Amino acid sequence: MHGKGLRTLALLTALTLTAAYALVFFWTPNDADQGFVQKIFYLHVPMAIVALCGFVAGGIFGAMHLRTRDGRWDLRAYVAIHLSQILAVGVLVTGSIWAKGAWGHWWLWDEPMLVSFLIVFLLYATYQVLRFSIEDRERQARYASVFAVLAGAFVPINFAVVRMAESYVHPRTLGTTTGGMPGEMMLTFLIALAGMALLFVTLWKYEMASKNAVAEVRALRLRLLGDDDALPRRTAAPTL
Amino acid sequence: MLTAVGAILRKDLLLELRTRESVPAMAIFAVTTLVVFHFALDRPTLAGDLAAGVLWVSFLFAAMLGLNRLFVAEEEQGGFDGFMLAPIDRTSLYVAKALALLAFLAIVQAIAVPAFAILLLDPSLWPVLPELVGVLLLGDAGICVVGALVSAIGIRTRARDLIVPLLALPLLIPVVIGAVEATAPLLAEGGAEPLPGRWLLTLGLYDAVFAAIAYAVFDDLLED
Amino acid sequence: MPALPLDEAGKYVAAAFLVFLALLLIYVAIMAGRLSRLERELGELHEALDRRDAGHDPARDREHVA
Repeated sequence: MHGKGLRTLALLTALTLTAAYALVFFWTPNDADQGFVQKIFYLHVPMAIVALCGFVAGGIFGAMHLRTRDGRWDLRAYVAIHLSQILAVGVLVTGSIWAKGAWGHWWLWDEPMLVSFLIVFLLYATYQVLRFSIEDRERQARYASVFAVLAGAFVPINFAVVRMAESYVHPRTLGTTTGGMPGEMMLTFLIALAGMALLFVTLWKYEMASKNAVAEVRALRLRLLGDDDALPRRTAAPTL
Repeated sequence: MLTAVGAILRKDLLLELRTRESVPAMAIFAVTTLVVFHFALDRPTLAGDLAAGVLWVSFLFAAMLGLNRLFVAEEEQGGFDGFMLAPIDRTSLYVAKALALLAFLAIVQAIAVPAFAILLLDPSLWPVLPELVGVLLLGDAGICVVGALVSAIGIRTRARDLIVPLLALPLLIPVVIGAVEATAPLLAEGGAEPLPGRWLLTLGLYDAVFAAIAYAVFDDLLED
Repeated sequence: MPALPLDEAGKYVAAAFLVFLALLLIYVAIMAGRLSRLERELGELHEALDRRDAGHDPARDREHVA
């Protein structure tokens, strides 16, 4: 009931990702400017795009929660944002490694993807803090949804503004633009992107299934033993 | 709704006039920040980008001070309950608070900008004053639109004073970018340059988008 | 065969991919921990159920959830 189709999804994800990275290392030509280091592009950029979409999806789920007041939407938003935040950490770290490998600096202020993610990461770091600071479950969910909507709208705007600010002064350095890429690189990139998206969806369903199962067990326990093992401590995660 | 907004705004302005709780502190804080910048940057005068940056950071931090206090009266003295019993559009509270903050910021800037011109600024402000006021207003609008919403989110949580700056600062970075990019040419070393239209447009769009979002979600914050 | 420069550039690429793998594996490990806790709780519930049923019908079948 929970997590149906999860196995097929996971398999598909594994296949796509393996295919993508096999292509990256065995088929795709090296970048003319940066050489071998550019391969990180096939990891860093798909993570970034999927994370950005995840944050926006979180905002949409939050809006749905506000509209329907159904706690499940809040859970969907929480998981989406949670996963995107993990991906954001990955984006920042891989981006930093790439910057060091290609340009000798651990950070580049004129790389809009990196800078945007730094801001977005700092913003969403407050999500858990906010949730944790509100005890009443219903209000926690409501406020978290407001945050998700606000932050979800902020993500694309922030990206656009940062890009405007940086490209005005410096040319793009890490070459994360997909314009002017030769065919083979584009194909590999798209497969890597698909794989990363599948990974996100798989993990999302996985975590949703897990949280739903926990909720059911708790309900069963309540019915059976009359004791709500309920966490005596406050949590930031939504419970159904 | 306009009458409701007017009534709440009038109440807040009167309150501030009588108690003088926020604005003097914000103004002093802004000027002190400017002085700290002088020592931190170790320069007698500033121009261009640096001047614009220092100016806007000072305003931003002063605004943070104001944000923490924006809804305090309502929260501590049951104003929220009274407000929700009234048969008015709940978003009017948001609009009124945003406008009140705007008024406070305007007063703070009216004090801090001349102080800045005297203490730190190299080029003269007089020729660019109208444009500067325009940019200040656009930037302030951004700060107030987002700030009032974040303040409302934070006021009902336990870690209120921490949550508000944590939320507001990243959200306001585009405003800082736009405002500084728009202000810098006005304060340029060799004489003022024309205003960059794209940044004014960006600021305006940001203000519009977040005003619309705040308008849509504010109701949900006041439920209980 | 791919050109795998194991000097400068190769180290960075490897590091990036390792970071990705590490994040993934840590996530899976945490989820696995949650799963085992869940199974333990289910086990407790089953026992409680059995103890209750022992009073009524000891021959009742137990349903195993794989």
